[in-house]
Amino acid sequence: MTLVAGGLFAIGFYLMLQRSLMRIVLGFILLGHGTNLLLLVAGGTPGRPPVLDGTTDGSARTADPLPQAMALTAIVITFGLTAFLVALAYRSWRLSGHDEVRDDVEDRRIGTVRERAEAGPAPDRDEDGTAPGEDR
Amino acid sequence: MTAALPALPVLLPALGAGMSLLRLPRPVMRGLGIGVLTAVVACGAALLVLADRHGPQALHIGGWPAPLGITLVADRLSALLLTVSALVALAVLLFAIGQGTAEERRSSAVIFHPAYLVLVTGVSLAYLTGDLFNLFVAFEVMLAASYVLITLDADENRTRAGMTYTIVSLTSSLLFLSLVALVYAATGTVTLAQLGPRLAELPDGLRSALALLLLSVLGIKAAIVPLHFWLPDSYPTAPAPITAVFAALLTKVGVYALLRTQTLLFPRTGVWTLLACAAIITMIVGILGALAQDDLNRLLSFTLVSHIGFMLFGIALFDTQGLTGTILYVVHHIVVQAALFLVAGLAVRRTGTAALHRMARRPRPGPLVVTLFVVPALSLSGIPPLSGFVAKLALLRAGVAQGTPAAYALAGTALLTSLLTLSTMIRVWLAAFMGQPPGRPKERPARPPGSGRNRPSGTRLMLVAAAGMTTTGVAVAVCAGPLAGLGERAAEDLLHPREYRSAVLEGRQR
Repeated sequence: MTLVAGGLFAIGFYLMLQRSLMRIVLGFILLGHGTNLLLLVAGGTPGRPPVLDGTTDGSARTADPLPQAMALTAIVITFGLTAFLVALAYRSWRLSGHDEVRDDVEDRRIGTVRERAEAGPAPDRDEDGTAPGEDR
Repeated sequence: MTAALPALPVLLPALGAGMSLLRLPRPVMRGLGIGVLTAVVACGAALLVLADRHGPQALHIGGWPAPLGITLVADRLSALLLTVSALVALAVLLFAIGQGTAEERRSSAVIFHPAYLVLVTGVSLAYLTGDLFNLFVAFEVMLAASYVLITLDADENRTRAGMTYTIVSLTSSLLFLSLVALVYAATGTVTLAQLGPRLAELPDGLRSALALLLLSVLGIKAAIVPLHFWLPDSYPTAPAPITAVFAALLTKVGVYALLRTQTLLFPRTGVWTLLACAAIITMIVGILGALAQDDLNRLLSFTLVSHIGFMLFGIALFDTQGLTGTILYVVHHIVVQAALFLVAGLAVRRTGTAALHRMARRPRPGPLVVTLFVVPALSLSGIPPLSGFVAKLALLRAGVAQGTPAAYALAGTALLTSLLTLSTMIRVWLAAFMGQPPGRPKERPARPPGSGRNRPSGTRLMLVAAAGMTTTGVAVAVCAGPLAGLGERAAEDLLHPREYRSAVLEGRQR
């Protein structure tokens, strides 16, 4: 169980470091599964009865319900947020036509500094003072 | 009646959010939002008075005693922050209604009000919760609402920024959840009041690993350098009121969680060198980033990162004076940063651009807007009569009183950062608010008619909201004496949590 949780964490983080949004979403799902598994592992050894019905002797220990409750809550939360994330990725794909994560504004601005320097000062920066990659 | 009081700040916005999902007419929806937030402010104030007079107020939901059931606790710190946050949320809601962000289209009107109230629910729950797992749930509630708000009616650019924000926050949430699992596996409880003594029994290595994981998780939420990269990238793309409420509340909830968990779970004596280094780097990197920016909203986001460093300053010192300084700073910063973002929103609306070099060529905004900007800007840089000065003075005195090299380094960096903040603010002022005199545009008219000032009543509401924030900032400075006393008592509570523990565990009701 612990090894599986560790493996899910590793694969999840690897996928999250990818460029494609869909892989990031998949990575998030795996990471969520790993975390839920970890919560279950935190509940102690498996195989204990969930409910005592009086036929067993009083010395038998029940399964710890708290991590199960927490895992249940966490599953619901991860599920909802995954749905949101997929919707967001879909909208991003609709708007931009591909599902790659783009460079952030700062990176693009730094990337275009040299181009701008070579082109010389723009005559009317007020009209289009923004860098070519900076679409705001 | 007073026994149920800690539940109200969580229940009211949640109920309000549910009700605003119904297809109500707009005025009812607005009234609902404003009414709920006013009630939350009132509850927060009542809790503050109760907690200050009678000690922490604990509520065991469903009657289950502390380690079993869900506990809500309001002590001085959480009640104080709850009141201030709800006040800011109220002002920002007014601003949003005035600006029309809330109701530009029918579809966004249906979403904005519930999402906003859910956000407030999450913030209240985060302040009041008494166990670690509920803190995770509160963060999730708050962040889920914020994902919706930041991508509401988004274009391509905002979708990209929102995506970054969502993924970073989700990753940190999952790490938080693994932390909860590990803590539970190690100690067998997630109630904050029980965790302190139980964690103290653990081996040192495990304990520091848990503390570090907690620090990095909350560091992502609070945007501590080097975990801040998501913030200046995602916040400025949202509309002004949404940026304002995020900047004022979300990172501060992270700082509050840090304050609460570190004092309660991992108490220590003396300076915490790791956090002191993080605080120094945060202050310097944030403010240098702000100096390099040309976009007004990005610039303010970087100053936000920088001033998180001030709050860490006090936590790093880890004594009564330092924590007092942090509490004062959080209160001051919630109000002032919200005011700045709101006024920036006003200025951007007037001039039609957020780029400073272009703002300088547009007619400058009226004297009222300029005043509304100058007061919080000076307060942020710590000019004497204003609230920033009070908070910074408390921190600096704490640093000097401790007198270790790390504390002096922190104090020196804080002074330098204040100066740089002042220079940043002056730059903004000269560019954005001292541009062309009104009525004589040098190059071309400011805006095509009909796009800027087509809704005078809305603008008036926005001005009222921004003015309210600025006045609150001034009020914080005027009430500095009582507030500092309150902050000091709250800091004492944090360092000696016996009262907190007994209120939670023994279910003592007064």
